[in-house]
Amino acid sequence: MSAVGTTGGEPAIRTDGLSKAFGSQRAVDGIDLVVPRGAVFGFLGPNGSGKTTTIRMLLGLVSATAGTIRVLGEPMPSRTRTVLPRVGALVEGPAFYPFLSGRANLTRLDAADRCSSGRTRAARVDAALERVGLTAAAGKRVHAYSLGMKQRLGIANALLRPRELLVLDEPTNGLDPQGTREVRALVRSLADEGATVFVSSHLLSEIEQVCSHAGVMSAGRLVAQGTLKELRRAGRPRVVVRTPDVAAARTVLAALGLELLEETREQAASALLADGTAPEDVTSALVAAGARVRGLAVEGSTLEERFVELTGEGFDVAR
Amino acid sequence: MSRAEGGGAVSARRGLAPGDEERPRAFALLGSQLAVLFRRRRTWAMLGALALVPVLIAVAVRVTDAGTPGDGPAFLSSIADNGLFVAFTALSVSVPLFLPLTLSVVAGDTIAGEASLGTLRYLLIAPASRVRVLAVTYAGVVAFALAATLAVVLAGVGIGAVLFPIRDVTLLSGDTVDAGGFVLRTLLLVGYTSLSLLGLGAIGLFASTLTTVPVGAMAATVVLAAAGQIADALPQLAWLHPWLFSHYWLGFGDLLREPIAWGSYASDALLQLAYVAVFGALAYGRFTTKDVLS
Repeated sequence: MSAVGTTGGEPAIRTDGLSKAFGSQRAVDGIDLVVPRGAVFGFLGPNGSGKTTTIRMLLGLVSATAGTIRVLGEPMPSRTRTVLPRVGALVEGPAFYPFLSGRANLTRLDAADRCSSGRTRAARVDAALERVGLTAAAGKRVHAYSLGMKQRLGIANALLRPRELLVLDEPTNGLDPQGTREVRALVRSLADEGATVFVSSHLLSEIEQVCSHAGVMSAGRLVAQGTLKELRRAGRPRVVVRTPDVAAARTVLAALGLELLEETREQAASALLADGTAPEDVTSALVAAGARVRGLAVEGSTLEERFVELTGEGFDVAR
Repeated sequence: MSRAEGGGAVSARRGLAPGDEERPRAFALLGSQLAVLFRRRRTWAMLGALALVPVLIAVAVRVTDAGTPGDGPAFLSSIADNGLFVAFTALSVSVPLFLPLTLSVVAGDTIAGEASLGTLRYLLIAPASRVRVLAVTYAGVVAFALAATLAVVLAGVGIGAVLFPIRDVTLLSGDTVDAGGFVLRTLLLVGYTSLSLLGLGAIGLFASTLTTVPVGAMAATVVLAAAGQIADALPQLAWLHPWLFSHYWLGFGDLLREPIAWGSYASDALLQLAYVAVFGALAYGRFTTKDVLS
């Protein structure tokens, strides 16, 4: 793909102090987002944490109350006309004219961009439909589409042209497990072609496998961002030893220089796992000291645990 | 519109992939807008209802006697004598209610309809500039005004020719023109009536930028159309009359004089242009600064 990754080293998305207030409510509160070129960036957060408002600001649909935005190296929203043709987006669910066919809808949205080629339009529309597996239903009115089919059509719309950046807001919403897998494969293949993919979700598990980077939103603030490795590391993993010899195990852990933790479970000892200490070193030290080990696990190192730690658990909408 | 778009095209071209080089297609979205408008069943239902007005009138006149001259809508008594008058009669019946009503539906739906479907955000990130979306949706309103007037006039001419004799027409000024001359005047009539609706269309466009509920914008526009005509009928508000968008709506009788009296055509054009300018500017001011949250 020729349009991809040609415009220098500036991040695909960079915001500084980006804020949006609706009345007295601060939907987005001073976020400094950095999405490197070529990354698959997972934008995580519970419902109502400001993800969609941020995406709307990135695309120039909503004006920022404060802060600056640069997308693909150019300021937004002042350079909408040169930036957005290089960006494909799915924002807050798909939206189409129900009385038009899937193909007619894509044709219209492509015609809306005045510098997209009319000569290649039909071929590009068909290719996009093919890519999301909608060729057979292309002639049906969108009215008759299921939610999953609309979602696919929305993704097809983002793929009408070669894009440098794809912004996909909750792309797996309404899809069955098979569709979710297909979206993941699609994101991967887009990234392989060199595009930067910015994908939001409230379900970490949906995108964890495809992301190289992630940012976590909570109540309008960006509480963490970085590569997945960095985020995991920031989570301070613990080593938990299941053993009948708790006292001996605690002695060994302390001797290894690990910080011991209060452990409420019976027949278990735990400690923070320091950077230089591998879990297997802990195991061999325990065995060498004669402590009987039933099990040894590292906790707090999955993104899921880190995510819950950052955003809180439960069903309550943040605000 | 074309100037603003021309300026954008030069800078926009830099964002293109090499294989995509082509002269920017300024009218692709306009064509698409018209296709969306005329592929909708609702549009055809409204045009069909409008076309029924002359049919209803012609049939009513045909199956009863002609009635007394001076009773009923303008030109009604002339129909039995000459089928060419059906179109004029049908228009004078449609102008106060049916035409503004259907036009309000289309005008109120412009921005608010796209917003409620959610397609507005996808048009804007395609990207189509907000000015362009506004201009193109208004062009759809203009096209509908023309189509609606044509529906009434063509159905009127058709049913008139079927049910009544077609002969030379005696004009209001007493002169006589042949059928060919009358067709020319009928075309001028189509132009006049479509033009008369442009001001209301601009009001509807502005109303449509204020809400994401299309029915609200439609209702507001219809209410204004009615209020304008009521105000126009109150002699106490005589000072206001020349400024009302509906003031010249029924002024097309002047097209039936020889020579044609262009006075109301010109005044109407000027007035409608002023409304388009004012409400177009309001719609622009509102829509270009609005947060699109739908």
